[in-house]
Amino acid sequence: MAADKVDPIHQFHIVKLIPINIGGYDLSFTNSALFMVATVAVASAFLYLTTSSRSLVPGRLQSVSEMAYEFVSNMLRDAAGTQGLKFFPFVFSLFMFVLVANLLGLFPYFFTVTSHIIVTFGLAALVIGTVIVYGFMKHGVGFLKLFVPHGVPVFLLPLVVLIEVISFVSRPVSLSVRLFANMLAGHITLKVFSGFVVSLSALGAVGVAGSILPLAMAVALTALELLVAFLQAYVFAVLTCMYLNDALHPGH
Amino acid sequence: MFVTSAFAQESAPAVEGAGTEGQTHSGTSAPAEAHGAFPPFDPATFPSQLLWLAITFGLFYLFLKRVVMPRVGGIIDVRNDRITQDLDHADRLKKEADAAVAAYEQELVEAKARANTIGQQANDAAKAEAEAARKKVEAELDQKLGEAEARISSIKASAMKEVGTIAEDTASAIVEALVGGKANKAEIAAAVKSVAR
Repeated sequence: MAADKVDPIHQFHIVKLIPINIGGYDLSFTNSALFMVATVAVASAFLYLTTSSRSLVPGRLQSVSEMAYEFVSNMLRDAAGTQGLKFFPFVFSLFMFVLVANLLGLFPYFFTVTSHIIVTFGLAALVIGTVIVYGFMKHGVGFLKLFVPHGVPVFLLPLVVLIEVISFVSRPVSLSVRLFANMLAGHITLKVFSGFVVSLSALGAVGVAGSILPLAMAVALTALELLVAFLQAYVFAVLTCMYLNDALHPGH
Repeated sequence: MFVTSAFAQESAPAVEGAGTEGQTHSGTSAPAEAHGAFPPFDPATFPSQLLWLAITFGLFYLFLKRVVMPRVGGIIDVRNDRITQDLDHADRLKKEADAAVAAYEQELVEAKARANTIGQQANDAAKAEAEAARKKVEAELDQKLGEAEARISSIKASAMKEVGTIAEDTASAIVEALVGGKANKAEIAAAVKSVAR
């Protein structure tokens, strides 16, 4: 059992809470699903309750909600122009979901939804799917101009188009892996250093004295992870905005 | 990789219950192997995670789009409107204050001009009055001077007349004393006249 406690992978295990099986697919309500629900509940409750007074002069918590709103709004307008604002609810939901999921994951014993690549890939696929569907709906075949940059010599064109296509295809992968790997690595590191503290303290007085160093590291890493949690949500949202910009203005 | 195998051994008994159920449906993969994989890459959990992600994120999206975002957007719009309104109001008040200052200065300039003309008029009137008084006094003095001169000349004339008679009387007295007897009055008067001339 002691080895199990220090096992840094243990925190990523999926545990079935309510087994559901439909048509041969395992669709159980797991701890991952529970924390998705928790993420949505926390984010919704925060946004809903803090703005319920609709004060003209906002309180602290209402300011936080408004800041998040305007932050994403400015981000989207900068990246995709005023036309991009039709995707504002989508980008805002993504940003809040990833941010709250990352932050919830920092609590001890909590499951980190975004540390599973299938979740981040699902979100990334949603983004790229939106880009492709909207791009073809709005521009038809003209959306393919995305892969043909202006002012490229004709003999270089096949190569450039190939590179553009590869870069487009790798977008969902990079988008999902970036978030997943950051969360995974951060939580493993935290767990390893915390594990050192436990193992060293078991060695007696010298061990307790020696465990101060990894403890300090764990504290510092927690602060770093807090930053990473926010930063990755921001990066995810910014890249989403830039990809949506491609769907809106494929010509360049 | 050693972590994975170590965990596989430990977790094998724990997942037995779930595994038996999984075996009845899939049958092919051994439960210990499926659950012993690195959890984020375990494909057995993918359908459930994707389904619940779709459900939770879909509800979250709808809730934000329908309820939260109109509300926050409304709050911010109302505030911006209010701020523009207040700024307009302040601007209007400032213009009014500027107009009042301009009117005040205009009035001040007019009042100064009026004060100047009044002062000038008073000055002119005083000067004219003084001039008139001076002229009147001068005229009176001239008249008095003339009168005085006329009296002096009349007094002089009468005095001169009396001088003739006195000289005749004196001359006749002298002649009487020297010659004795009465002298001719006409002769004496002629003699005095020739001497006086």
